[in-house]
Amino acid sequence: MRVNFRVNGRPHEADDVWEGESLLYVLRERMGLPGSKNACEQGECGSCTVRLDGVPVCACLVAAGQVEGREVVTVEGLANFAKDRAAGCAGGACGGTDLNAARQWEADPERAERADDGAVSGAGAELSTVQQAFIDAGAVQCGFCTPGLLVAADELIERNPQPSDADIREALSGNLCRCTGYEKILDAVRLAAAREESQTAGTGA
Amino acid sequence: MDFLRPAGWEEALAAKAEHPTAVPIAGGTDVMVELNFDHRRPEYLLDLNRVTELHEWEVGEENVRLGASVPYSRIIDHLRTELPGLALAGHTVGSPQIRNRGSVGGNLGAASPAGDSHPALLSAGTEVEVESVRGTRFIPVEEFFTGVKRNALAADELIKTVHIKKATGPQQFSKVGTRNAMVIAVCAFGIALHPETRTVRTGIGSAAPTPLRATAAEEFLSAALTDGGFWESGKTITPSIARQFAELASGACNPIDDVRGSARYRRHAVGIMARRTLGWTWDAYRTGGLGTRTTEGGAPCA
Amino acid sequence: MGGVTRTPTNLTQGSATKGGIGESTLRPDGTLKVTGEFAYSSDMWHEDMLWGYTLRSPHAHAEIRSIDTSAALAQAGVHAVLTYDDLPTEVKNYGLEIQDTPVLAHGRVRHHGEPVAIVAADHPETARRAAEKIRVDYAPLPVVHDEATATAEDAPLLHPGRDDHHAGHVPHPNVVHRQPIVRGDVEAARARADVIVSGEYEVGMQDQAFLGPESGLAVPAEDGGVDLYVATQWLHSDLRQIAPVLGLPEEKVRMTLSGVGGAFGGREDLSMQIHGCLLALRTGKPVKIVYNRFESFFGHVHRHPAKLWYEHGATRDGRITHMKCRIVLDGGAYASASPAVVGNASSLSVGPYVIDDVEIEAVALYTNNPPCGAMRGFGAVQACFAYESQMDKLAAELGMDAVELRRLNAMSQGTIMPTGQEVDSPAPVAELLRRVKALPLPPEKQWESGDTAGTSVDVRALPGGLSNTTHGEGVVRGVGYAVGIKNVGFSEGFDDYSTARVRLSVVGGEPVAMVHTAMAEVGQGGVTVHAQIARTELGVTHVTIHPADTRVGSAGSTSASRQTYVTGGAVKHTCEAVREKVLELGRAKLGTYHPAWATAELLLEGGKVVTDGGEVLAGIADVLEDEVVDIELEWRHRPTEAFDLRTGQGQGHVQYSFAAHRAVVEVDTELGLVKVIELACAQDVGKALNPQSVVGQIQGGTTQGLGLAVMEEIVVDTDGKVRNPSFTDYLIPTILDTPTIPVDVLELADPNAPYGLRGMGEAPTLSSTPAVVSAIRAATGLALRRVPVRPEHLTGT
Repeated sequence: MRVNFRVNGRPHEADDVWEGESLLYVLRERMGLPGSKNACEQGECGSCTVRLDGVPVCACLVAAGQVEGREVVTVEGLANFAKDRAAGCAGGACGGTDLNAARQWEADPERAERADDGAVSGAGAELSTVQQAFIDAGAVQCGFCTPGLLVAADELIERNPQPSDADIREALSGNLCRCTGYEKILDAVRLAAAREESQTAGTGA
Repeated sequence: MDFLRPAGWEEALAAKAEHPTAVPIAGGTDVMVELNFDHRRPEYLLDLNRVTELHEWEVGEENVRLGASVPYSRIIDHLRTELPGLALAGHTVGSPQIRNRGSVGGNLGAASPAGDSHPALLSAGTEVEVESVRGTRFIPVEEFFTGVKRNALAADELIKTVHIKKATGPQQFSKVGTRNAMVIAVCAFGIALHPETRTVRTGIGSAAPTPLRATAAEEFLSAALTDGGFWESGKTITPSIARQFAELASGACNPIDDVRGSARYRRHAVGIMARRTLGWTWDAYRTGGLGTRTTEGGAPCA
Repeated sequence: MGGVTRTPTNLTQGSATKGGIGESTLRPDGTLKVTGEFAYSSDMWHEDMLWGYTLRSPHAHAEIRSIDTSAALAQAGVHAVLTYDDLPTEVKNYGLEIQDTPVLAHGRVRHHGEPVAIVAADHPETARRAAEKIRVDYAPLPVVHDEATATAEDAPLLHPGRDDHHAGHVPHPNVVHRQPIVRGDVEAARARADVIVSGEYEVGMQDQAFLGPESGLAVPAEDGGVDLYVATQWLHSDLRQIAPVLGLPEEKVRMTLSGVGGAFGGREDLSMQIHGCLLALRTGKPVKIVYNRFESFFGHVHRHPAKLWYEHGATRDGRITHMKCRIVLDGGAYASASPAVVGNASSLSVGPYVIDDVEIEAVALYTNNPPCGAMRGFGAVQACFAYESQMDKLAAELGMDAVELRRLNAMSQGTIMPTGQEVDSPAPVAELLRRVKALPLPPEKQWESGDTAGTSVDVRALPGGLSNTTHGEGVVRGVGYAVGIKNVGFSEGFDDYSTARVRLSVVGGEPVAMVHTAMAEVGQGGVTVHAQIARTELGVTHVTIHPADTRVGSAGSTSASRQTYVTGGAVKHTCEAVREKVLELGRAKLGTYHPAWATAELLLEGGKVVTDGGEVLAGIADVLEDEVVDIELEWRHRPTEAFDLRTGQGQGHVQYSFAAHRAVVEVDTELGLVKVIELACAQDVGKALNPQSVVGQIQGGTTQGLGLAVMEEIVVDTDGKVRNPSFTDYLIPTILDTPTIPVDVLELADPNAPYGLRGMGEAPTLSSTPAVVSAIRAATGLALRRVPVRPEHLTGT
């Protein structure tokens, strides 16, 4: 069958889709968008989390045919999605952490702004606040869970700009990570929320 | 495999009549797993996403008429006053992503003994409205489950609306899993106080081939509360009543040993949950004033 | 992958170059990973590619009487169906150490899920449907599932006619390897003991559960060879096993590391590599294979389940007199890394304690259970659960504080291991325990949030979490401690080396270094550290990490906590050679302009050649001009030797690594549910090359240990069938199961290691598990001899 829908703001069409295919398969194998990850195919890991008409869902559990005419946001479109949402752009500040700070790391947007350079690899990429925070806080190791976590975390901060730790844990409880022990993911979300907050304050918005 | 995309309810019924083997798919949280893991290859998938009335609900005088496809996240956000037990149960379903897609209709359609909404539906009092081109049936939820993953639907029928009694007293739901989130029930227990009828109803999940009510426990407790004048006095339930209620709830189970838990543990845990949830609901009833405006028993803030 | 990295951090002592060692520079692959552009092995795509699929055995042990592939081959869209009979050469087995694993089953399957046939088709569904049409006639055989059935006199032999190098010394052909260690006089020491405690402990089968399932893309090449893009832990070990089966010289099997979605030991053995290449070479088309989660549980080895019997004695004042133990590891159907796991389990079975008189025996079995091999902790995890459980038991028997008992008997630098090897670098075992014990305890009853409306309960902070099982009823807190010892690097005489190629050139007027190794970056951050080392050694800012492939020499495995030590060491070593070359060029070109070229100690810092007094002699770019320095060198750590097969004596290990944990748990004692509230870790890492990554490793390893303590187990029934091969029933911790993990990092340099560093990735996985169980014991008073602890164990049901 043929399926038409919008992904990251652009219309996409897939032909010869087998009826049993998931949205995840169509994104990854037919639309050249492999950012959403296939780790369990049963909704038990969150690695394929995308926004479907704004709602975070596991793309592996959405039948391709169900997406006809709908709007999907994946990790590949997250930076633009966040940019469109906010008037200002992400700070892009980044910096390393010394050993003492790394032991008991806490979100501190000022510290990040003090960092002198701000450059990361992949020069030219403009990242959303939550993407940058994941890099800065050391929340990325193997990175396989990262795309799904970013989509879920971004939606959390959109809905709840100042989440408590318990809120963060609940919102991300559908996203498994095997590398980090989640501590630095919590750090990253706290950092992203704090940076969003300071930016909003800074622009008077 | 064919993918059927009816634009509305009548079209969906017609499609189901024409293709009785068609597998309905709404949130996909069960069906897609079966497809992804090659457990099922239906001839037809019948997508219900475009049937808008299935995503709607209506709060009536006595019942909530819940569209079969209303996702759990909406129940949690919008219906926790009317359906506190179901909202609590919904909050234990899978993950946020799953709660954004999964629905009570899907839970009933799959009819897994471990379905999280079943104990809440049983304890609240529920009728399942099913329809086919031949007409409409209202099936009490107790009669809806006919076996492990089997239900009372005829091949041409679809679940349309779930009619759930609005809470008139505190309700609670507990579920044991071996993880603190995203876990299938080892066993579960739901309880609803119905002060207006001086009755208590229960629901047990994942501790028998089908979800079921602990009727002996309900009858014992309802009688004990009435005979002791507890409803009127609002006094604390005696430990011996609570204990016997728990034992009878335990006794209602007919569980199996499987990879998720032993039969013995399931019986034990249902008893503990019965005792605790009774305590929470009764405390809420007593402290909420006997006018029973509070419907969440000792509500957790999460 | 591996773009130029510039990192904006403060200077560290002794280095004028930004982003060197000791700083928490950011991952060079971070941006690609957060934008979804990083190419994992499952993301590979090629025009006109086919999809491979593996037909696996539904039986744990069966004779294959016949295989009929005709119906599958006849299906439209199917390009190839291969069985054992289609293998192109006489080499039909592979294996890490013992080549006992069939590429495709021949005449017999030995475990549930063993590959029997492979299919290539134009769509995954076509391949699955075709596989369903392959007719395999199985005749089930009796199943060997434990030590009794494996070593019975009439036991079916898993591998009759063994000729591997362990075959000669094992007590039964179904024992892969046996390692005894004896030292001192146990009977005499036992006689001095005032108390003796013994116990039998059990560790369930844990899965690595990396999130990126096995996958890869094999592309046939015009020269008859194949290009393989795959996620692995050790490219060259794969290559050594793949090429002979394909009948190709190694240079015609060109391997490139794709993005790896975690490993933890589970990618040390081959999975789809040979199958993908066979299908690609047969069809002449690129073939992609991606396991789904169900298949992944059959696609890699697991952590050995173990039964461990221990006896410890002590004098009344708490001095341990002796230890006896017997460790039985279930290796499953094929050897994988079992022999080395036996070596670790036996040589580390004493724990980080001074015990002079020991009798130790460890064995690994062949059974019809799933094959087991490498997983983070590698034999030391199982032993640590048992000896730390024994320490709790011994302390209780002595009426002593359990931490004091451990500190009293803690090893230190200079301690002689049961193998006779001296611990010749810092071993701050007592200090690590002191540090975790000194931390303030987390507040009680964190689930209560009092407000004006009264007390409400946040179930997310309680055992059971969102499942709403308790509002505080039955909840009891417990605190427990554990400490462990892990070896670093490959032991027992293995030639454990790595190779690095470093290229220094001038680009746009700036010196730029390129580091090329075959190290598998599996998430641990080796690529970050390589760039840091190059910056420190070469004084340049711009470092490019070349993709890992087999065009450079072997880096060894990303396992055994060894990559920062060994490949980091190789990068350092090669950078030093590059530096010498730069200075040589400088002396030749510019030596006449300044006497210091000939007389001073020269360094490369901040893009310049400087004297040790800080005087700048020239820019590196001015020295190099158009020249390119390009050097590839091997580097090895100091040699080790095999353990004596009878006494276990030998200088077997390279380095030891230590971590201690304190666990604070709250247990719903009525329902048997556990919430870990805090899991604090103190670890000595010698030198933290990247502090943020070090902390991340500790927290990740700690969480895997937590999983083993309370939820993770592959359940195998007595028919050898795996009962829970899915993320629905094999549970790993979610963010709601994971506590805060405060980390205290010590840096006591090991003088034998590059920068004094200590391999650190595995140690936190060891002590985490027994610390959690110890805390549950403290809360419940139960003995708890098995992990994972299940609600049934806590409720007696």
